[in-house]
Amino acid sequence: MQTLRNYQDTIAAIATPIGEGGISVIRICGNQSISILDSFFQGKKKINTAKTHTLHYGKFYSDQNEFLDTVIISIFRKPHSYTGNDVVEISCHGGHYVAQKILSALLSKDIRMADAGEFTLRAFINNKLDLVQAEAVADVIHAKNESAYRSSIDQLNGKLSVFVNLIRQQILEICSIFELQLDFSQEGIELQNKNESIEKINRLVKTLEQVIATFTSGKLIKEGIKVAIIGKPNAGKSSLLNILLNEQRAIVSHISGTTRDTIEENLIIDGVLFRITDTAGLRNTTNEIEQKGMERAESVIRSSDIVILLIDATHKQDQSDFELNLRINNLISNQTRLIYLFNKCDIANVRNPNTEADSLKNVFFISCKTKEGIEEFKKQLIQVALPNYDSLSSGMIITNLRHKNLLEKACISLKNAIISLQNNMSEDFISCDLRETIDYLGEIIGILTPEDILNNIFSNFCIGK
Amino acid sequence: MKHYIKLKLLHVKLEFALYMLKKTAENKYDVIVVGGGHAGIEASLASARMQCATLLVTLKANAIGRMSCNPAIGGTAKGHLVREIDAIGGEMGKIADATGIQFKMLNKSKGPAVWSPRSQNDRELYSAEAQNRILSQKNIDVIEGSVSKLFVDGNKLIGIKTLLGEEIFCESLVLCAGTFLNGLMHTGEKNRVGGRFGEAPSSGITEILNKIGFVSGRLKTGTPPRVDLNSIDLSKVERQESDEFPTPFSFHNTEIKNRLIPMYLTYTNQRTHKILEKGFDRSPMFTGRIKGIGPRYCPSVEDKVFRFAERERHQIFLEPEGYNTNVVYVNGFSTSLPEEIQYEGLRSITGLENVKMLRAGYAVEYDFFSPNQLKHTLETKLISGLFFAGQICGTSGYEEAAGQGLIAGINAALKVQKRKPFVIKRSEAYIGVMIDDLINKSTEEPYRMFTSRAEYRLLLRQDNADRRLMRFGNELGLISDDLINQLNDKENKVRVAINYFEKKFVSPTEINPILIQHQENTISENEKLSQILKRSNITLADVKNLVDDNLIREFIEHKNFSEQIEIDLKYEGYIKRQNEQIARFDKFEEFTIPENFDFKKIKSLSTEGRERLQKIKPRSIGQASRISGVTNADISVMSIHLRKESIRSSDKGEAIE
Repeated sequence: MQTLRNYQDTIAAIATPIGEGGISVIRICGNQSISILDSFFQGKKKINTAKTHTLHYGKFYSDQNEFLDTVIISIFRKPHSYTGNDVVEISCHGGHYVAQKILSALLSKDIRMADAGEFTLRAFINNKLDLVQAEAVADVIHAKNESAYRSSIDQLNGKLSVFVNLIRQQILEICSIFELQLDFSQEGIELQNKNESIEKINRLVKTLEQVIATFTSGKLIKEGIKVAIIGKPNAGKSSLLNILLNEQRAIVSHISGTTRDTIEENLIIDGVLFRITDTAGLRNTTNEIEQKGMERAESVIRSSDIVILLIDATHKQDQSDFELNLRINNLISNQTRLIYLFNKCDIANVRNPNTEADSLKNVFFISCKTKEGIEEFKKQLIQVALPNYDSLSSGMIITNLRHKNLLEKACISLKNAIISLQNNMSEDFISCDLRETIDYLGEIIGILTPEDILNNIFSNFCIGK
Repeated sequence: MKHYIKLKLLHVKLEFALYMLKKTAENKYDVIVVGGGHAGIEASLASARMQCATLLVTLKANAIGRMSCNPAIGGTAKGHLVREIDAIGGEMGKIADATGIQFKMLNKSKGPAVWSPRSQNDRELYSAEAQNRILSQKNIDVIEGSVSKLFVDGNKLIGIKTLLGEEIFCESLVLCAGTFLNGLMHTGEKNRVGGRFGEAPSSGITEILNKIGFVSGRLKTGTPPRVDLNSIDLSKVERQESDEFPTPFSFHNTEIKNRLIPMYLTYTNQRTHKILEKGFDRSPMFTGRIKGIGPRYCPSVEDKVFRFAERERHQIFLEPEGYNTNVVYVNGFSTSLPEEIQYEGLRSITGLENVKMLRAGYAVEYDFFSPNQLKHTLETKLISGLFFAGQICGTSGYEEAAGQGLIAGINAALKVQKRKPFVIKRSEAYIGVMIDDLINKSTEEPYRMFTSRAEYRLLLRQDNADRRLMRFGNELGLISDDLINQLNDKENKVRVAINYFEKKFVSPTEINPILIQHQENTISENEKLSQILKRSNITLADVKNLVDDNLIREFIEHKNFSEQIEIDLKYEGYIKRQNEQIARFDKFEEFTIPENFDFKKIKSLSTEGRERLQKIKPRSIGQASRISGVTNADISVMSIHLRKESIRSSDKGEAIE
């Protein structure tokens, strides 16, 4: 766990990733971040007196007065900076070595190395971001694709905070009317009708449930959808993988699998990340080496969100196909979708498909050779993975487990309130349920969030953010 | 300049002389209580019973325990306070039981958390009974007088000087001056100085306290007119009878044997409202003559007419003030309108057509001291040994005052004895909620207790105040061991009975007829009796014939036990959840802030948050979160900062800024 240190002091870190690039950026934050620079920097003006939001070109020297690099310094005076404290960003030439040298020079003075997430922690402390927004910063950084980026940037914009606040406010209102009824019970006034209240709370439960339901999709969007391609040897698995990847060559990267015979490839369709693994052909074998490969394939299948069973449409289905299908169905979990994909339909008679396969869902026909059906199949892949994809892109998506857990707890308390109402319980019990909901929702946006939770949230950041 | 030094020297000399006097004086008490109202009674009795030599200073000895407003004790949430005061060892419940002329358990149609006992009392008897208890209590002296000076040594209170020039010294002083500080009474455009009807105000104390550095403000409260019972047409108003078998306030009493008499209910009407409106331009409330802010929840009748213009009528309770009096308190008609308007208004009400008004209603405006200046013990932060309690802290109501008086009196005594302070948590009692609210929230209107103020209401019930608090009272020396033995016995029996019901299965043939009779769904398999009892229409009495254990049968015959057994079983789920909520709440309460923590050094706090924190000096993150003006971000900042400090203190190597 991150140790929380003095957050008034001045901290620095390299904000750009390790590796070669055009420029590197060193970020400094804290009371001394501006004043300390003049001892390192020589430009036209003194940094100490420079205005906020200005850029300064000049030379950067080490504490031993050794010239390190020509740099551009950006000044952000408080409170108009990312963290709300004085912030300075030094842009130097790319490459980790130069940046490291500059950082070491800074650390020789009264500046210390920033902890992971400490800049954002300060932004949070200085009320620049609320808790949900701070969490979103980490998600924006870690976004691997358009959809993940979109949902986290929405969150950063405060979409989730606004949503949670709105729901919380509505419950507060319902609750306060019940309270009023109790406080003035001697006056004999009923301010809200029981059935109307149930109705109102029910609507809120529905809304919460919809948002909670996006977590599965949200998680898939954030982490990518795991797809396993399996099939008998020569069904065309490699061709399929190649053809899917060829379309997207520019943004495809190769990641070696942990074994020689499973390879994970990243593929982006419509902004959604698919992590596709090609497995060894599945068949019954007694060969020891192949047996090992099979075991690995099986473990890939178990952890996949989608399994594509590729079938050679020109072959007549026999007992071994039946057994293979059975085996896969035994391996996969309830959440995993199984797709039957018939290849080589250019030479097979696909207009007359096997009736057994036809009765199953998620059956598609393609030809890797002529690329027939490939585009359609890609669209279907998104539909299979994220059935509510179209509505997702316009609505709220949650991707954070902490948010999901608290929303679920809030939802349970709300349902308890409905049960209490239906059982004709008095307002004091209903209020107990509603107040619990209000507390859970408050915890999402940081109203009395236990500080160990705060620590966890900020330790998920990379250093320099 | 020269003058100043001389004065200063004189002051030092005087202080020294006083010090010597104090050392040698005979007129020295452990605890002085100023004011003999409902707070003062509890404060002086608690202090005396805790073996402290106690002096009660009051303007008029025969005004001790006077019910200056309505002749009633308890009511929603206030009834809870009375039961709690009794459980800790206070007197209010006992006096109310002894002098009640009508008793009602309010809100019986709601959940047990909001059932509240209320009594109508004979005003004369109540006051006489209170005086009797004060005068017969060992360790209490009473003098008539008023305070003209406070002696302070450094930041420690050492004594008082009365208007007659007596100098009396003490270790602790509890100030319960009620509505008497610079009291000003208004009726229409007329006003006169006075604390209450027929009683002089006390002046000078506010100025003394201001000089020391206390901040005061103005509040107002009102009282309705009194009318002659013989002039009311009782055939036209609704008779309100007492509960047949009243629940006493006090855990010492098992039943009420008093003669009980009825009250009466009538309503205002459109004509009444029109008449009252005529006087609005002469009402001190509307003309701005009263600067104090009145309670939102206990509004004057002109307020009700003005704010709820759409309501056609308002309830008016006609409450006889005792057995041997024709004075009737017109509850619901609190007003400071001109006398003739009050009179005309009253006569427009059904049953009051020929009413004789004995005394007009009036509003009283008085000084109060923002309770932000107090600690949880009700000791002031500024002056050690000085405690405030009651309306002087900006509350309204006898019960609120008595609760504070008890806590202030106890802590004043503990201070003398150099014992650990006594603080009740929000999760333990309404008294805890009230004091925590007073200290942390800003007072904009007189504070009145409501059940909605208590987060853990389902646990803080009036029926279990003994189970919650009596052991505290025993530790303090205010509750006898006998009572604790009785309490232990009760809790044992409740436990045994609950155990029985949780193990006892009933068959469908046994229970279904009862279920059908009470419009509940029948069962098809054997079920635990404890489960059956969770159904909303089934009571312990309904299933008592199925109990096959004689001992348990015996237990549930006693209302005292059966009520606890039934509530514990019926609301088990809620009680469990509320306990979990308390566990979460306690995490923040136990996250302590050091006593002399300097909030100014945390730069990231919001300006308002920092000011409020510095002023109130909360002792935990939980408390800090309840302070008005402190934001969520402030709380996060505080948590992180304190965490950092604790890391630092365990890792001494790191430099301190």
